[in-house]
Amino acid sequence: MSETIVHNTGAAGAAVRKQYFVHEHHPENSSLLGFWLYLMSDCLIFACLFATYAVLGRSYADGPTGAALFDLPLVAVNTAMLLLSSITYGFAMLAMQRKKLGTTLLWLGITGVFGVAFLSLEMYEFLHLIHEGAGPQRSAFLSSFFALVGTHGLHVFFGIIWLVTLMFQLKKHGLTPENGRRMMCLSLFWHFLDVIWIGVFTFVYLMGVLP
Amino acid sequence: MSGHNQHGDHHGHNHGDHGHDSHHHDAHDHGSLKSYTIGFILSVILTAIPFWLVMNKTISNSGTLGLVLLAFAAVQVVVHMVYFLHMNSKSEGGWNMMALVFTVIIVVIAMAGSLWVMYHMNHNMMPSMMPDAMHMQTAP
Repeated sequence: MSETIVHNTGAAGAAVRKQYFVHEHHPENSSLLGFWLYLMSDCLIFACLFATYAVLGRSYADGPTGAALFDLPLVAVNTAMLLLSSITYGFAMLAMQRKKLGTTLLWLGITGVFGVAFLSLEMYEFLHLIHEGAGPQRSAFLSSFFALVGTHGLHVFFGIIWLVTLMFQLKKHGLTPENGRRMMCLSLFWHFLDVIWIGVFTFVYLMGVLP
Repeated sequence: MSGHNQHGDHHGHNHGDHGHDSHHHDAHDHGSLKSYTIGFILSVILTAIPFWLVMNKTISNSGTLGLVLLAFAAVQVVVHMVYFLHMNSKSEGGWNMMALVFTVIIVVIAMAGSLWVMYHMNHNMMPSMMPDAMHMQTAP
């Protein structure tokens, strides 16, 4: 109904229409799609690393096996950290929806703490393995293990840097549409890393300790 | 008002239930407290069971156990996609789903292809064949 009215107003209506066209195709939507495409290409990087691990994961070169090395309770705690950080990020998104800056920042901070806890535990695990002589140069299994899990850890590291940057931006500029878009992109990134971790703990750790 | 209607038309979506005051978000669903909680509880269950299965060695056949673990992981990935990443066939006019389907196809080809090729290569390069090959090379 209203659209026909706009059409009938002639040239002025067309100008208004054009104006709306430009406004409504604001980068928000396309940048979310673009970010999704980035995540999908990132997914392919992980697919290559998973495939490498799938091929080499049992080539121990007389070195230690996954069953001897992996500390499953530690991995379970690590998984819990990442899962908790996912839900707290979700709470931050909900707080942003209700336009509550303080609550958003609080939940983002808690998410960051869980992220740092995850990374610390992973660093501890890596250092422990290297200390035991099971570093990446020990066997093909360990090379592919460190490449895959390390790449995931690197993603989490950059995710935390992004998170802290975003917290400063939120504090400085408030809940602007731009910051909302950034929150959406980081939300996709953060949950995506949790999805990759499902593959890691299942395929690398749980299946790695099977005889 | 007419602008908002046009906005809806341009995107080809029906956002009648969404309210247009935050129009820069309405192409993407944020989820609700309920959906995040459901997703979280499902994820905890779907994570705890595989860990429990492996740590208590409930299934002795590791081939079967491996398949069970992969099945749990696949279900949990779907749960995350739906409840945390808010994937549905309509987001971004279906292009999100298209990209995802394409990626899944490539991932499956890369994984299955690598395993298939490398398994057969290992099979055809048995250690017992290696000395012959070395001999053939060094003989002339």
